[in-house]
Amino acid sequence: MQMTDDDPIKFRCQGVNVWYGDTHAIKDNDIDIHDKSVTAFIGPSGCGKSTFLRCLNRMNDTIDICRVTGTLLLDGDDIYSRDIDPVQLRARVGMVFQKPNPFPKSIYDNVAYGPRIHGLARNRADLDAIVEDSLGAAGLWDEVKDRLAAPGTGLSGGQQQRLCIARAIATKPEVLLMDEPCSALDPIATETVEELIEGLGRRYCVVIVTHSMQQANRISQRTAFFHLGNLVEYDTTDAIFSTPQDERTVGYVSGRFG
Amino acid sequence: MLTWAALAILLLTVAGFLLARNRAVALAGDTPSLLHSRPVYHGGYVALWTAIAGFGLLLLGLIVTNILIGMALYGGLPAGLSEIERDLIVSDGVALSRGTLASRTDEARQAVAALYGRLTTLQIGGLALASVGVAVFTLMRGLGRVAIPFRARTRFERVVQTLLMISAGIAVLTTIGIVASLLGQTLVFFSEIPVLNFLFGTHWSPLSGVHEGAMDPQKVGAIPLFAGTLLITVIAMVVAVPVGLFSAIYLSDFASARARSIIKPMLEILAGIPTVVYGFFAAITVAPFLRDTGAAMGLSVSSESALAAGVVMGIMIIPFISSLSDDVINAVPQSLRDGSYGLGATKAETIRNVILPAALPGIMSAVLLGVSRAIGETMIVVMAAGQGANLTANPLEAVTTVTVQIVALITGDTEASTAAGPAFALGFTLFCITLIFNIWALRLVRKYREVYD
Amino acid sequence: MTDAASPTPDASFHSSEQAVARLGKRRAAEWRLKLYGMIAIGVAALALVALLWNIAARTMNAATEHYIAVEAQIEPGEDDFLRVVKKSARAAFPYVSGRSGKRELYGLFSDGAADDMRRAQEAGTLETGDAVPMRFLMSDTADLYLRGEFGVLETGATTGPLAITPEGKDYRLESGSDAFAQALGQAKTGLVREAATLRRQAARQGAGITTLEERLPGLTGPEREDTLAQIARFGAERDRLEGQASALDALITGDRQVRLALTDRMASFLVAVNGGILKLTEVSAGTALARPLVPMDGENAAPEGAWSLRILDRPEIGRPVKDRQVAILETLQSDGRIEEVANWKFFSLSDSTQPEIAGIKGALIGSLWTMLVTFCLAFPIGVMAAIYLEEFAPRNRFTDFIEVNINNLAAVPSIVFGLLGLAVFLNFFGVPRSSPLAGGLVLALMTLPTVIIAARAAIRAVPPSIRWAAMGIGASRTQTVFHHVLPLAMPGILTGTIIGMAQALGETAPLLMIGMVAFITAVPEGITDSATVLPVQVFNWANASERAFDMRTAAAIAVLLAFLVVMNAVAIILRKRFERRW
Repeated sequence: MQMTDDDPIKFRCQGVNVWYGDTHAIKDNDIDIHDKSVTAFIGPSGCGKSTFLRCLNRMNDTIDICRVTGTLLLDGDDIYSRDIDPVQLRARVGMVFQKPNPFPKSIYDNVAYGPRIHGLARNRADLDAIVEDSLGAAGLWDEVKDRLAAPGTGLSGGQQQRLCIARAIATKPEVLLMDEPCSALDPIATETVEELIEGLGRRYCVVIVTHSMQQANRISQRTAFFHLGNLVEYDTTDAIFSTPQDERTVGYVSGRFG
Repeated sequence: MLTWAALAILLLTVAGFLLARNRAVALAGDTPSLLHSRPVYHGGYVALWTAIAGFGLLLLGLIVTNILIGMALYGGLPAGLSEIERDLIVSDGVALSRGTLASRTDEARQAVAALYGRLTTLQIGGLALASVGVAVFTLMRGLGRVAIPFRARTRFERVVQTLLMISAGIAVLTTIGIVASLLGQTLVFFSEIPVLNFLFGTHWSPLSGVHEGAMDPQKVGAIPLFAGTLLITVIAMVVAVPVGLFSAIYLSDFASARARSIIKPMLEILAGIPTVVYGFFAAITVAPFLRDTGAAMGLSVSSESALAAGVVMGIMIIPFISSLSDDVINAVPQSLRDGSYGLGATKAETIRNVILPAALPGIMSAVLLGVSRAIGETMIVVMAAGQGANLTANPLEAVTTVTVQIVALITGDTEASTAAGPAFALGFTLFCITLIFNIWALRLVRKYREVYD
Repeated sequence: MTDAASPTPDASFHSSEQAVARLGKRRAAEWRLKLYGMIAIGVAALALVALLWNIAARTMNAATEHYIAVEAQIEPGEDDFLRVVKKSARAAFPYVSGRSGKRELYGLFSDGAADDMRRAQEAGTLETGDAVPMRFLMSDTADLYLRGEFGVLETGATTGPLAITPEGKDYRLESGSDAFAQALGQAKTGLVREAATLRRQAARQGAGITTLEERLPGLTGPEREDTLAQIARFGAERDRLEGQASALDALITGDRQVRLALTDRMASFLVAVNGGILKLTEVSAGTALARPLVPMDGENAAPEGAWSLRILDRPEIGRPVKDRQVAILETLQSDGRIEEVANWKFFSLSDSTQPEIAGIKGALIGSLWTMLVTFCLAFPIGVMAAIYLEEFAPRNRFTDFIEVNINNLAAVPSIVFGLLGLAVFLNFFGVPRSSPLAGGLVLALMTLPTVIIAARAAIRAVPPSIRWAAMGIGASRTQTVFHHVLPLAMPGILTGTIIGMAQALGETAPLLMIGMVAFITAVPEGITDSATVLPVQVFNWANASERAFDMRTAAAIAVLLAFLVVMNAVAIILRKRFERRW
C-alpha cells in the first residue's frame, strides 16, 4: 500500500478489532490518518466504516455490548489506555453526526456549550468571540448573527448541520470526525457543507464517513475503502478512484455493487 | 323473581339464536350461497335484539319504577313535616318492610312500609312479566324476518357498532355522572351556606350543634382543610420529587442493564402496594418512630403528625415520579446525548444541560400528576393524619385534610342527608383542583410528545 | 468560505494541566450525581424493605395461636359452652379463688373455646363426659403475653438457700445472703421515678399558690375568702405530696434492712419455689413477704439453685395481663400444657370484635364477589370502547372529547368515584348499601380507563397489514376486528385488565363511601348481600383498639399482597408468553 507522507500522522491504528456482542464488526485493521487533511471512509452499508469512526473518539464506550481491541494512537498516546479519560479525548476529537442534532437551546447556547463545559472562555467577551469565530468558520455567522437567541432547532437542515459543525469547532478540537454529515441534507445544503469541510481540512485532521463516492472524490485527500469489516484499500483519493488495486474496490468504485 | 326473569331472557336469547340460524339453514336448503348472510348472522341478529329488548326493559324499568315508587312514598306522607323527618320516615318504612333495623316504628312508618311492600311486589312482578314478554315478542318478530335476501350481517354489524359506541360513551357518562352528582349536592349546600364562608373561613366543625337546627355558616370554613392538604402534599413532594427524579436519572443514564432489571421491578412493587397498606405502615410504624425520635431530640411530635402521613405518602408517590420521569428521560433522543458526549461532556453535564432541559415538560407533568395524587389520596391520611381541623404550618402537629373530612362526614354517625352537603362540597372542590392539575399535566405531556415524536 | 478570523486549533489546551485539573472536578461532579441517584434508589429500597419487613414480622405472629390443654366436663346436649369453659377452668385451677382471681382466670380463655365446642357439637364430633381432654383457645392478651408483647419475665440473681415460714395466708421468705438485694434495688429505681413525679405535682400546686397570692391584694370580701381557702387547699395538697416524696426518699436512702412495700406501680417480682409461684409484696435485702399465686407442694426450705426470682419490669398497672395470669401461664408452660398451633382458622372465620377469633373469610368472599362484578362490567365495556375508539371512531371533536375524558378519569381521586357511587348507585338507583354489587359498580368505573388504555395500546400494536389482509379477502370491518385483530390483541388486553383488577382489589377509599366499612360477620352469599372486602377489613382492624388486631391486620395485608403478587405474576407471564414483536 503506497502512501504520500507530506502531512504528519495524527492517528496511528494497529490491529483494531471491534465486537458488538458476538458480532465481529471490525476485523484487525491498520490505518494511519494524517493531520491537516480530509480522509474519507467509503464502503457499502454495514461495512464497519461508521463503527471504526466511532472508535476514534471512543463513542463506542456508550454502547454496553461494544468491545474494542488493538492500538489506537493519537499523537503517540494510546487512546484506550487507562490514563486517557474519554471525556478529555472527545474534547480533542470532535464529532459531527449523520442527522443534525442541535440541542433544544438557542443558537448561541448551542455553540457556547462546549466552551462552557471545558472552561475555554474566561469571560463573556471571550465566549462571544469564540461563538462568533466558530459560526464564522462554519459559514453560518452572516445567516444567524441577528438571531443568536433563536432556538437552534428552528434552522433549516443544512444550517442545523453547520451549527453542529460550529459547535464542534468551538470546543477547539484537534480532530473532527464526521459521520455521513450530508446524508440528511438536500443537494444545495450538501454543497455548502462540502465546501465547509474542504476548508476545515486545511486546518484540522478531518475524517469523514460517506456513502457518496463523488463526495469523497470532491473533498478528501485520502480515501479508505471498507468491506465487511475489513479495510480493503487505503490510498490517496486520486489513486483509489483512478487506479484501485483490489478487485472489490474496483467493483465498488465502478458502481457494480454497494 | 327478577333473577328468574333475567335467566328466562338469557334462555330466550340462546333459543332465538338457534331458531333463527336453523331457519336460515332450512330456507337455504342445499345451496347455502343463496343466503345474503350466513345463518350465524341471522341467529346473532335475532339473539342480539332479544337480549337488548329484554334486558333493556328490565334495567330501564327498574330505574324508572324505583323513582316512581320513591315519589309515591313521599307523596303519601302526612303534610307539615320537615324534609329531614320525611327522609327518616321513608327510610325507616323501607327498612321495616325489608325486615331490617328501623330507628322507630309508628303509624306513618307502618303505612310507608305497607305501601312499599305492595308497590315493590307489583314492580317486580310487572317488570318480570313485561320484560320476558317483550323478549318473546322480539324473538318472534325477528324469526319472522329471517329470509333469503335479508341483510342480517349488515344489520347485525350495525347493532354491534352502536353497542361499541355506547361503551365508549360510558367514559363521558361517568364524567357527567361525577359532575352532576357532586354539583347537585354542592349547590344545595351552597344555597344554605355562602360560598365565601366555605372557601375562606378558618373554622371547620360543620356538624357541631347541627342537631339543634341549621348548620352554622361560621363553622364551615375549609381553609384549615386546604392548609392541611397543602402541608401534607408539600411534605410528600419534598420526599418524592428528589428521590423519584434522582432514581430516574440513575436508572436511565447510570445503571447497568442488570441493575435496571432489579431496580425497576422494585419500584413497580412500591407502586403496586395498596394505599391502605401504606396507611397501616404510617400509623403503626412511621408515626411512633417519628414521635420517639422527636422525643429523644426534645421535640414534641404529635402521634398523628403531618410529617408521618406526608413522608409515607411521599414514598407512595416515588415510583410514580420515577417511572414517568424515566419514560420522558428515555424519550430524549439518543442523538442529543451523542451530540453532547461527542463534544466531550461528562454524563452529569449532559444530563444537567441537555437531557433535563429537554425532558423538563415531561418531568413537570409527572410532578403535577404526583401532586394531584397526593391531594386526592385518602387512606394514608385517614389512617395517619388527624381529624381535628388545625390551622398550622408545623409538620410535627396533627392536621386534617379534605379527604379525611369527606370520609369522616360520610362514615360518621350523623344523618346522611345532613353530612352529605359539606362532604359533597369538599368532594367537588377536590375534583376541580385535581382536574386542573390533570389537564395541566396532560397538556405539558402533549406538548412534550409533539417535540419528540 | 473565508479562513479569516477562524479559531486555530489549540492542540495543547485539552491536554494542559489546567484542563486536567478541571476534568478532575467535572468527574467529581459526575460521581456526585451518580451518588445522589444511588442514595435515592437506596431510600426507595429501604422504604420498601422496612414496609415489607414490618408486615412480615407481624404476620409471623398471627400465623399461630395458643391453646390450653384442659379436661372439660361436657354433658350430652350441653348448650351453654361458656359455662363449660369456666367450669373446666375452675376445675383445672382449684386454688384460684375470689371474684377478681376468677375473673383473671377466665380472662385467659377466649370465647372462641366455646365456639369450637359448639361447632364440634353441630358436627357431631363433640365427646361428652366428666373429663374430656380438650384444647381451649387462649385469649388475645394471654396470647400476646406469650409472644413477649408485655415484656419478658427475666430471671434475677439469687444466692443461698431460701427459708419459708407461713405468715397468715402469706409466707415470709428468708435468705441468708442478700438474695433480694436486686429486687430491692430495682424497686427503689421505681421509687425514685415516683418521687420525682410527686415532686413535679407538688411544684405545680406551688405555682398555683403563687398565682393566687399575686391576685390576692386586688380582692375583697367573699372573693378574698374563697381565694384564701383555695390557697390553703393547694398548700395542704402540696405538703401532702411532698410528704409522700420525702417518705419515699427515706425508703430509698434508708438502711438495707428497711422493708419496702411493693405496689402495682413497680416492677413485679415472682419467686418460683417448690412447684409454686409467690409474688413479693414487701421486700428488704435479706427477707421478703410473699403471697402465693400458684400454691407450693410444700413449705420446705429450698437449697440454693432450687428456687428462682423472676422479674417482669413493666408495672402491673401498665399491662392488661395481671401477675396471677402470668403465674398461671408460666406454670402451664412449664407443665407443657400450652400448645402453639397454626392459625388456619384465620381463613375460615369472619370478622369479630375479639381478635383471637377474627378471620378474613367474609372479606375474602366479599372481595371475590366484588371483583366478579367489576370484571364482568369493566372488561367487556372497556374492550368494546377500545375497539370503537381504535377501529371505528371518526377523528372528530367528540372522539377527542372521549379521549380527554378517559385520560382525566384515570387521574380522578378514587374517593370521588365513591361519592359518585353514593349519589348515583345508592341514592338514585337504589342499589343495596355495602353490597358487592355497589362496590363492583364503583370499582368498574374506576378500572375502566385502565382497561381502555391498555386495550387500545394492544389493538394499536396489531400491524395494519393484518387488517389489510383480512379485508383483502372480503371480510367486513367488523369481521376483521373480531376475527383477526381482537384475538391477536387479547393477551395485551388481558394483561392490562389484570393490572387494573389488581388496583381495584387494593382500593379502599371509594368503598368506605358506599358503606362497605360496616361491621359484618356473615359471609356474603350473593352480590346484593352486605359485605366487606379485604382492604376495608385491613382498614377496620387497623383502627381497632385491641393490640392483638395489629398482627391480624398485617396478616390480612399479607393475604391481600399475596393475591396482588399472583395477579401481577399472571399478567407478566401472559405478557412474556404471548408477547409478539411485529
